[in-house]
Amino acid sequence: MATEQVEVTDFFQRHKPFSDLPTQELSHVASRVEIAYYKAGVPILTFGQDNDQWFVIRSGAVEVFRRDGELYNRLGEGNFFGELGIMRNRPVRFPVVALEDTLVYLIDAETFNHLFDNDEQFADFVEVEDRSRLRDSNADRKDNNSLLTAKVEKLIDQLPLILPPTTTVQEAAVRMTEEGVSSVLISKEHNADNIERDNDVVIGIVTDVDIRSRLVAKGLDLSAPVTDIMTSQLTSVQSHQYVFEAMMLMLKHKVMHLPVLKKSQPIGLISHQDILRYESQNSLFVVKSIFSAQNVDELAALTGEVRGCFSRMVHEDANSQMIGSAMAVIGRSFKQRLLELAEQKFGPAPIPYCFLALGSMARDEQLIVTDQDNALVLDNRFDPQVHDEYFSALANFVCDGLDRCGYSYCTGGIMATNKKWRQPLKVWEQYFSQWVDHPTPETLLHSAIFFDLDGVWGKKVWADMLNQLIRKKAYKNSRFLACMARNALLRTPPLGFFKDFVMETDGRQTNSINMKRRGTAPIADLIRVHALSVGANGRNSFARLHDVIDAKILPPGRGVDLRDALEFIAMVRIRHQAFDLDMQREPDNDIEPEYLSDFERKNLRDAFQILSDAQKYMKYRYQPGRHL
Amino acid sequence: MFYLDKNALQDKPTLKPLGGQFDWSSEFSKRYKNARYPALKQYYAQGAVSADTPICDVPLVALDFETTGLNPKTDSIVSIGLVALTTQRIRCAEAKHWIIKPDTELKTKSVVIHGITHSDVASAPSFNSVLDELLLHLQGKIVVAHHKDIETRFLNSALQHYIGEEIVFPCIDTMALEARFSRTLKRTFMRSLLGKKTPSIRLTDCRARYHLPYYRQHNALTDALACAELLQAQVSTYYPDETSPVSAIWC
Repeated sequence: MATEQVEVTDFFQRHKPFSDLPTQELSHVASRVEIAYYKAGVPILTFGQDNDQWFVIRSGAVEVFRRDGELYNRLGEGNFFGELGIMRNRPVRFPVVALEDTLVYLIDAETFNHLFDNDEQFADFVEVEDRSRLRDSNADRKDNNSLLTAKVEKLIDQLPLILPPTTTVQEAAVRMTEEGVSSVLISKEHNADNIERDNDVVIGIVTDVDIRSRLVAKGLDLSAPVTDIMTSQLTSVQSHQYVFEAMMLMLKHKVMHLPVLKKSQPIGLISHQDILRYESQNSLFVVKSIFSAQNVDELAALTGEVRGCFSRMVHEDANSQMIGSAMAVIGRSFKQRLLELAEQKFGPAPIPYCFLALGSMARDEQLIVTDQDNALVLDNRFDPQVHDEYFSALANFVCDGLDRCGYSYCTGGIMATNKKWRQPLKVWEQYFSQWVDHPTPETLLHSAIFFDLDGVWGKKVWADMLNQLIRKKAYKNSRFLACMARNALLRTPPLGFFKDFVMETDGRQTNSINMKRRGTAPIADLIRVHALSVGANGRNSFARLHDVIDAKILPPGRGVDLRDALEFIAMVRIRHQAFDLDMQREPDNDIEPEYLSDFERKNLRDAFQILSDAQKYMKYRYQPGRHL
Repeated sequence: MFYLDKNALQDKPTLKPLGGQFDWSSEFSKRYKNARYPALKQYYAQGAVSADTPICDVPLVALDFETTGLNPKTDSIVSIGLVALTTQRIRCAEAKHWIIKPDTELKTKSVVIHGITHSDVASAPSFNSVLDELLLHLQGKIVVAHHKDIETRFLNSALQHYIGEEIVFPCIDTMALEARFSRTLKRTFMRSLLGKKTPSIRLTDCRARYHLPYYRQHNALTDALACAELLQAQVSTYYPDETSPVSAIWC
């Protein structure tokens, strides 16, 4: 068209969401634009005014305010505002003032609505208040459908062979040969009078190996019932879990086959081979290498492999849960192997003990830049005079080893080497009770770390007991939860980004942002408070959030928003670390906004906003004295 | 077309210099009676706003020509760009861009500047075939140009050539405004004392002074837009209340 404004078109071609529009559409939009200039300090939109135009900043900068005058956002070239009023056909709610001399391109409501209704990408990008954009941005990545993101059900190609318990081993072997499978599930005897709970349908599994080692090798009769040789402690996986999780389960339980359940009905069986076909290089091999390392030097040499595994998962578009749990499994394996080596070196422990992982490892949210938070729980017969020399040496060996393997010493001294954190079970129980009943600023910080605990070695049942104790004491304990909530508000997210700066809520600007301190950690803190208040069982933030959502203590939709926000912030942090590794730099948690894409900036801003709102809600919900 | 300097224009303006309080309304009714060419008659029929109309209420049209050279007598128009505006809004939907087959030879020297080539103009319409539509876009509005002499002289020269009539209209010259704002005697004197250079009033430099983005020059439509934005910036800087009468800035 002859009247196309080339400068306007060029500008749109350089900025999302316009750059994604078809050329013709883009020219059409450009040819209908209106333009306005605002001197610095001049109001652009005032509260309550009618507005039927969408503002795109061509040059300059503006500030958006809340009704009460609080700064809501600062926007620069390529950013836009005013869409909310157009979409809802309502007067201006967020006044806008020019911060610098500003030139804006204005798009009329009709054109805007046309784009919004007909171009999905455009709508996704623009939609600010509807948080679904964040969800889509997380989902887009999963759609890339790499092996790591595949669900277990994708591995299933046939229904499992299920036989009744009265079947003889020989009959079972015939059926397995006919079906060409290496394992068979054994069901409970059908009994119409006794309708059992669904998850008791399958009572065991028999594999090729069982027939060899439990029947042939033992010289049993071929007509023995399958129940004689089956494995009855069944570990199973849900069909919606990730292949990666199935792999972790096999590893953890040292099994080669997993029944796949869908709503507790068996729909398939997957084997170790099935997974290996999918995964050639993964953390499984790193874990194997860890357990075959013969000394600390060999363990320390695996650091590169751990980082390689991390990078690979990021590049294969694993989500933050998969990466976090893989890194936690690796971290746990290092501890376990170091403890094995320690026991070889110092001899068996004089009394039972349990080695605890705390914080992100316990939550299965570990990344590569992490320090070690750990502790030792000792048997109640612990006598410092007699036993502590051994456990002190053990703790030092493990913590020194972890430091060499890339898990730096905890600067806060939360390690088993610290005598305070190397105590018998009864002392731990006193600690925790004391912390909940009489919280102080110091013990609240402890609670935030120690209340995410996981037993990695020894008497793991003690870890479970401590977890139960915490659950019981904190559940609906409004006084303690109010303190925890206040403590969780100490770290806040920034407001967003402006040009190449991070913008704080008071308008201050800084050059970088620590994504752990300002992002993932405050979310984890917040979720912990809610989880404690509903007595949730899980430790992983996503699992906790699931319970919290089920408990319906959050306003509708907020829990899902929070989940998406956590996933997005975590992934930005993870990708940033992987990028550092690719660039052969030492990874860290600090992100400079100049390295963020427009897409990441927008979504991060949304995520921070969700976190900020969630913090406000938490503050309200856990007011001291408020009945829960 | 902003690359000319004043000395390049060899003859005097055909219009007498007009004061800010000039009564354009009666000038237009007089000319309406005398005009013969229908579209021109129609143009004058729409009248002109009175001198005391607030700037913010005046319909405006930014106008720019690209030409084959510098002399209206020997050179002619190759491109016209215009865009309608007020001091609050520039309306790209009411913009126009013509490539014109020049009456005189297209010189290589100018091709280098505006980028319009011989093959571009070969199939282009002649000036007289777009004249009526051009006048339609100008009517009822005040013309805004950066260094208006180019537009007024070339337009008059073309009108003389095709219809044997002249056209006069009130005009806002963003270059003259900028000179007024930035080159007052006192300032110039102070600046010379301080050894500072006189500020440039070229379009791009003016725009930069108001933090307007850089636009590539010498596309008639882009230049018209650039000029329109500049006027908005000038008005919002020097007449922020926008109730000042248009006579303060027209000539």
